[in-house]
Amino acid sequence: MIAFWALAPLMVLAAVGMVLVRKAVHSALLLAFVMVCLAVLYAAQQAPFLFAVQIIVYTGAILMLFLFVLMLVGVDASDSVVETIPGQRLAATALGLLFGLVLVLGVAQATMSASVGLGAANRDGNVDALATLLFGPYVLAFEVTSALLITAALGAMVLAHSERLTPKPTQRDLAAQRIRDYADHGKHLGPLPTPGVYARHNAVDTPALLPDGSPSSLSVSRSLQARGTIPADLSSAAVDRTATALDSTDSHQRTAAKHTDRGSGR
Amino acid sequence: MNTDHYLTLSALLFTIGAVGVLVRRNAIVVFMCVELMLNASNLALVSFSRAHGQLDGQVAAFFVMVVAAAEVVVGLAIIVAIFRSRRSASVDDASLLKY
Repeated sequence: MIAFWALAPLMVLAAVGMVLVRKAVHSALLLAFVMVCLAVLYAAQQAPFLFAVQIIVYTGAILMLFLFVLMLVGVDASDSVVETIPGQRLAATALGLLFGLVLVLGVAQATMSASVGLGAANRDGNVDALATLLFGPYVLAFEVTSALLITAALGAMVLAHSERLTPKPTQRDLAAQRIRDYADHGKHLGPLPTPGVYARHNAVDTPALLPDGSPSSLSVSRSLQARGTIPADLSSAAVDRTATALDSTDSHQRTAAKHTDRGSGR
Repeated sequence: MNTDHYLTLSALLFTIGAVGVLVRRNAIVVFMCVELMLNASNLALVSFSRAHGQLDGQVAAFFVMVVAAAEVVVGLAIIVAIFRSRRSASVDDASLLKY
């Protein structure tokens, strides 16, 4: 009773937030919260086996799979706000409200006999009773499930597999390409500059400073910049001075290119 | 604790999931909303199982979880395959059959 009234409002809020929040990672975390709360509600309803399965399979396996795919597909890929069908969002919300109203009213109208409770059914333990059912009347469905799981695993392997169309570049090819880039565009031969780390901000999202004091955008990972995690005091400076920083790197590269032109010109 | 509270919660969660499927554009978020709907129906199954004093509802919820696991594996593989060829996970972009 207490578990229900404590968790139900939070679950509904988290579910609404999951639909409204723009970033997919936040949606996944809110969904994880809803699922853990559901597991607690299962435990409160005399289903300890499903409590464990919900946490292990749903929150542990399925949601982590979602997070893996989110990282593959790109964390910053947020929704577009453009509606392809005009008024679709409004119509969907209205229909959803209507549907929810019908469902809730339907539940409210129904008269239910008093809950029997699982005390008798769970007498020998919930897991034992479930096993008797699974390997008794439901044994065919259980066996078919194993075939389904194997098919799903095979299907995922076939779908996620991609044929390599071009030969894999060897280290020799990469080195040659690097030298070619240097010759053609004057691109710096060495590794990218390391991020600047200060005494007051000790993290890789701090851009290194160029000799003229401007932050070097080359020194921070591009995905960090896209996500906007560059610290505010530096990023404001970075916004002002990124252009100059880029210009200065460009001029560096241009002088390098000039050198190579001279070198290759002979 | 009567069953209809749990059923109301289940109905609410199912509705929110359905609206999410209709409203969102990111294929992964749409998929997560489908998962929310499956979970909501599981809650109803478990509640009915307790109301009737029989464990068949819990067995059904267990099967729903297994099928959901298989479905997620294949669905996410499809999303990754689409993303590889189209560089986008938006359901609006995969509309080649229309033209």
